[in-house]
Amino acid sequence: MTVWMEEGKRYCAVLRVVLVLCTWDGVSLRTSFRLCLVMMPCCSAVRTTGFLIMQLNAFPKSLTRPLALPQIGRRPLRRLGRRLTPLLALALVLLGWQVVVLLEVYPAFIIPSPAAVLEKAVTVVGDGRLWLHASTTLAAVLAGLGVGVLAALVLGYAIAKSSLLDAVLSPLVVALQSTPVVAYAPLLIIWFGSGLTSKIVTGALIVFFPMLINTVVGIRGVPSELRDLMRAMQATRWQTFIKLEVPAAMPVLFSGLKISATLAVIGAVVGEFVSANAGLGFLINLARSQYDTPLVIVAVLTLTVMARLLYGLASLVERRALAWQSRARRD
Amino acid sequence: MSARITVSDLAAVYQMPGGDTLPALGPVSFHIEAGSFVCILGPSGCGKSTLIRLLAGIQRPSRGQAFLNDQSITQPARRVGLMFQDANLMPWRTVLDNLVLPLEVAGVPKSERLAAARALLPALGLADFEAAYPGELSGGMAQRVALGRVLIQKPDALLLDEPFGALDAMTRERISLDLLDMWERQRQTVLMVTHDIHEAVLLADRVLVFSRRPGRIAADIRVSLPRPRRLEDTYGALFGQIAGQVRAAISQA
Ligand SMILES: Nc1ncnc2c1ncn2[C@@H]1O[C@H](COP(=O)(O)OP(=O)(O)OP(=O)(O)O)[C@@H](O)[C@H]1O
Ligand SMILES: [Mg+2]
Repeated sequence: MTVWMEEGKRYCAVLRVVLVLCTWDGVSLRTSFRLCLVMMPCCSAVRTTGFLIMQLNAFPKSLTRPLALPQIGRRPLRRLGRRLTPLLALALVLLGWQVVVLLEVYPAFIIPSPAAVLEKAVTVVGDGRLWLHASTTLAAVLAGLGVGVLAALVLGYAIAKSSLLDAVLSPLVVALQSTPVVAYAPLLIIWFGSGLTSKIVTGALIVFFPMLINTVVGIRGVPSELRDLMRAMQATRWQTFIKLEVPAAMPVLFSGLKISATLAVIGAVVGEFVSANAGLGFLINLARSQYDTPLVIVAVLTLTVMARLLYGLASLVERRALAWQSRARRD
Repeated sequence: MSARITVSDLAAVYQMPGGDTLPALGPVSFHIEAGSFVCILGPSGCGKSTLIRLLAGIQRPSRGQAFLNDQSITQPARRVGLMFQDANLMPWRTVLDNLVLPLEVAGVPKSERLAAARALLPALGLADFEAAYPGELSGGMAQRVALGRVLIQKPDALLLDEPFGALDAMTRERISLDLLDMWERQRQTVLMVTHDIHEAVLLADRVLVFSRRPGRIAADIRVSLPRPRRLEDTYGALFGQIAGQVRAAISQA
């Protein structure tokens, strides 16, 4: 639901940019229309990748949640069931896919068989191409995530603590967020070149906003009673920060980090779609232009796995760091 | 070891959003001797919590002054322990880590602060719970941790704002008797807000009854029950008489 709302919002934003371009003196209607034509497929390609990633993230969880009822007896069985459900779902998808292929609804270059995709995967893993492109993308993703999260933490803290900074920066940040990254990604390429830097910047920009919001919410949500407590103990600013604000905001920060981890992948791929000479986004574009659909699918799935692993890593760190939360809810 | 508290012509006025002012407390003047246990009773909203916050130095008065041993209170002080109706524990810290927080903030070395906390645990009835998280505690236990966190700084004065207000009657009685026990040994000055007449008379040397907002002292009743006090004392005639006196003062306030 929210995904679709987001989708709608983004398209509206694109339309707005188009409208602005139309009424802008220097740009003729034809130019802006061309721009729009270039942008739309770019948008939808990114959308599809992102949507797929999100779906696959949500998929095993939404299926297993009903199984995670209070555990009374038959524990091992339940646990086994929970492990098997995602696999079962995956098997079903593969089965459906195979059926579509066998029925020959679409020609093989549109929907290749799972076997063809697997074969392709083995080839590109074997000749090292997948690793080359995946590691390029991963480097951009990690760097973008790091830069974006760090910037959001610093700025978010400042905004949460100072109403002046809030008044000055918030409108700018919201304006930046309302513009789709894909729309100004070409600009970033012009400024930062088609190498790693522009991918990092795209990733950082996409990660920045949700992380910023979570930081502000997290710091503002520190209970005032606990602030009073620290004050009554004559805690210094630094002590209040490190002993109260950081741990109190941690749960919200982690949910921001988990969202950011998957968004960073989208960011890097956006950069690669617009212009790059390596990376999974580049590989997808290349494969598509050669009608190598199996390779497109392999690359997309690699992105999915990458995003899923990053999300899983963030969740793992979260579970370690917030062990007190699960302890508290035990009985 | 314990401190005198002097309140002179103290008043608090809140600024309301519309520009109106809301007189919340006083002006009040009173004096609390070092080492005595004083309870404050009064109708809801008469400024009791406000008074506690003023004495703790986390809020400034609109008028007048308060003193701790002749020293004007202008900011929080480590010699004053503060406790509220909610335990306000840090959910990410274990019982032990919550207990040592004030010492940690004060820069006491780790081994020392752990020793101090472990020495407190039995008296608080938390001996087996040092590694538990607040989410795993009952309301009464959480409040005991909060009490321990106040006592660990060995304060000269305790400011308690309905510390047991959220607990059921039985837990409340048990924990207030434990507080009494610990106070008998340390004899800090205690100023405690409560809604419970029974609790006030059982614990206090003196009960101050506040009037409706803005709160002023409507009655100042001495509790001449001998110490150390026990639960059985509450069945005596003298207890009943004093409790009746307090009740009458409240209904007139
Ligand atoms: N921060 C504040 N801003 C504005 N008004 C306040 C504030 N804090 C308290 N008040 C008002 O001041 C008055 C006294 O509040 P206070 O909390 O001191 O009462 P109280 O005696 O502790 O009440 P209770 O017994 O219900 O705890 C109340 O009318 C309250 O609405
Ligand atoms: Mg109150």
